[in-house]
Amino acid sequence: MGGYFSEIFNGSKSLLIGMGITFREFFKPTVTVQYPYQTIKMSARFRGHIELIADEEGKPKCVVCGMCERACPSGCITLGSTSIEIEVDGKIKKKKVLSKYDLDFTKCSLCGQCVENCSFGAIEFSKEYNLASTRKEDYHFNLLERLKRLEERNA
Amino acid sequence: MSAPIQLRPDETFILNVGPQHPATHGVLRVKMQMDGEYIVKSETVLGYIHRMHEKMGENRTYAQYLPNLSRLDYLGALGYTHGHVLAIERAAGIEVPERAEYIRAITVELNRVASHLFWFGAFVMDLGGFSPLMYAIQDREHILDMLEAVTGARLTYCYYRFGGLYNDVDDDFTEAAKRFIPRMRKSLKKYDALVTGNIIFQKRLEGIAPVSAEMCRKYGATGPVARGSGINFDVRKNEPYSVYPEFDFDIPVYHECDSMARYKVRMDEMEQSLRIIEQGLEKLPGGPIMAEKKPKNIKLPVGDFYQAVETARGSFGIRIVSDGDKNAYRLKLRSPTYSNMHLFDEACEGMLIMDALAFMGTLDLVIPEMDR
Ligand code: SF4
Ligand code: SF4
Repeated sequence: MGGYFSEIFNGSKSLLIGMGITFREFFKPTVTVQYPYQTIKMSARFRGHIELIADEEGKPKCVVCGMCERACPSGCITLGSTSIEIEVDGKIKKKKVLSKYDLDFTKCSLCGQCVENCSFGAIEFSKEYNLASTRKEDYHFNLLERLKRLEERNA
Repeated sequence: MSAPIQLRPDETFILNVGPQHPATHGVLRVKMQMDGEYIVKSETVLGYIHRMHEKMGENRTYAQYLPNLSRLDYLGALGYTHGHVLAIERAAGIEVPERAEYIRAITVELNRVASHLFWFGAFVMDLGGFSPLMYAIQDREHILDMLEAVTGARLTYCYYRFGGLYNDVDDDFTEAAKRFIPRMRKSLKKYDALVTGNIIFQKRLEGIAPVSAEMCRKYGATGPVARGSGINFDVRKNEPYSVYPEFDFDIPVYHECDSMARYKVRMDEMEQSLRIIEQGLEKLPGGPIMAEKKPKNIKLPVGDFYQAVETARGSFGIRIVSDGDKNAYRLKLRSPTYSNMHLFDEACEGMLIMDALAFMGTLDLVIPEMDR
C-alpha cells in the first residue's frame, strides 16, 4: 500500500518537474525565423544549383571541355558548342565557344562533381533556394541565359 | 427487429498501419491481424520507396556513386558515406591524411547526435508529448548549421571524398562545436528531467516489448537495439576503423531488453558522442585534408571488399565485388534498420497495438534506409 502512494507522489512530482521545464522555456527568447518575411544569410559554402561564371569581358569562362557533363552522375548537364574564327597573332584560328548550357535541375543531386571536375573554374554553386513551382519545365535552367541576365543586372 | 450480428469469439480483422501513417515515419506498411486491441500476427511489407541503390552502384563509377550513400539514411547520412569511402580507400590502397580522418570522426559523431536528437523528439511525439520534439529540433538545428557551414548541405552531405574531404573545416566550425558541447550537455539534463523521469513515459516503456539477445542474434539486429538487449557490440570498438581507437569512450549497454533500455542506450550514446567530439577537437592535427597520391579515375583491383561502420542506427556494411573495372560488379548494402525491423513481426505478437507502436519507435526506423 505504501508503494502505491509513493508512486502517486513521485509520479505527480515528475509531472510538476516537467511542467516547470516547459514553463521556463516559455520565457526564453523566440528563435523562429519568420520566413519569408525574415530570411537568414546563406552560408558561404551553400550548394544551390550550379551557375556559370563570367570572365572579365562578361563571357562565360567555360571552354566546353565536357568534363562536367561526363562527371555528372545523373546526366543533368547538356552542352552545346559552335566554333567561331578568331584572329590570334595574325592567323585565323578556330575556337569552340559555348552555345548551350542546360541544367535539368529535377535530376540534380547537388553532389558537386561537376564543380570539382571543372579545371577552368567556370561553374559554381548559386545561393538560390527560393525555388518552388508546380511545373517540371521551370527547373530546366538555361544557364547561358541566366548568366546574360545576371551580367545585365550587374552592368 | 433482427438480432445483432454475433461475432465469433476467434474473429480477427486486418489493420493496415501505413503505407502513409505518421507512426511509421515513412512509407512502410505493416499488416496487422488484430484480435480487438491485441496483435495476433504482423507482417511487414516493404518496397514502397525502393530506388535500386545497389543497382545504381553497379552502373555508376565509384565517384559518381558518392551522392547515393547520403540518400539512404537522411538523418545520419555521414556515417554511411564514411563506410563507402573507407571501403574504396582500403581496396584501392589510398592513404588518408590524419586530419581528414579526425574531421570525419568529428562530423560523423555530430551527425549521430543530430540523428538521435531527431529520433528522441519524434519518438516522444509518437507517445503523445509534443514539446520535446521542438526542444530537440532546436538543438539539432545548431548541428545542422555547423555542418552546413562546412559541407554546404543540411541533410544529404556528400562531403567525404576518396582520400580525404571536399573541403577543410575552419575556426568557425571548431569554435561552434566547442560552444555546442556544453549546451548539449545542459539539454541532455533537461531531457532527462522532462522525459526520462516522467511517470507516464516510464509506464509506457518499462517492461514493454522485450527483445531477447537471442532474438537479436536471430535477426541480425545491431546498434542500440542490440545494446538494449545486453549485447555489447559496437563496430567502433569491436572492429575499429578510422581514428576511433584514439578516442576514449564507452559503449552504453543495458540488460533490461525492454523499450526503456533501447531509449536509454541512445540517450547515453549522445553523451559518448560528445566525448568523442571533444577529444577530436582537442587532438585535431594540422596538415592536408586530401591524399597526395590518388588516382584520378578510381579502379579497384579484382576482389571482394567489405567494410562495416557503426552508424546511428547500427552496423552498416558495404560489400563491393570488383572485376577491375571503374564501377562495381556487384554492390551490396547491409543496412541496419532492415535487420532491426524484422524482429518486429515476431516480437509484437500478443502485444497491445499502442505498445507495439511505441516499440516500433524504439527501433529508430528510417524507411529509405531500410528500403533502399
Ligand atoms: S551537382 Fe552533381 S548532379 Fe548536379 S549537375 Fe553537378 S554533377 Fe550533376
Ligand atoms: S568542365 Fe568547366 S570548362 Fe569544361 S565544359 Fe564543364 S563548365 Fe565548361
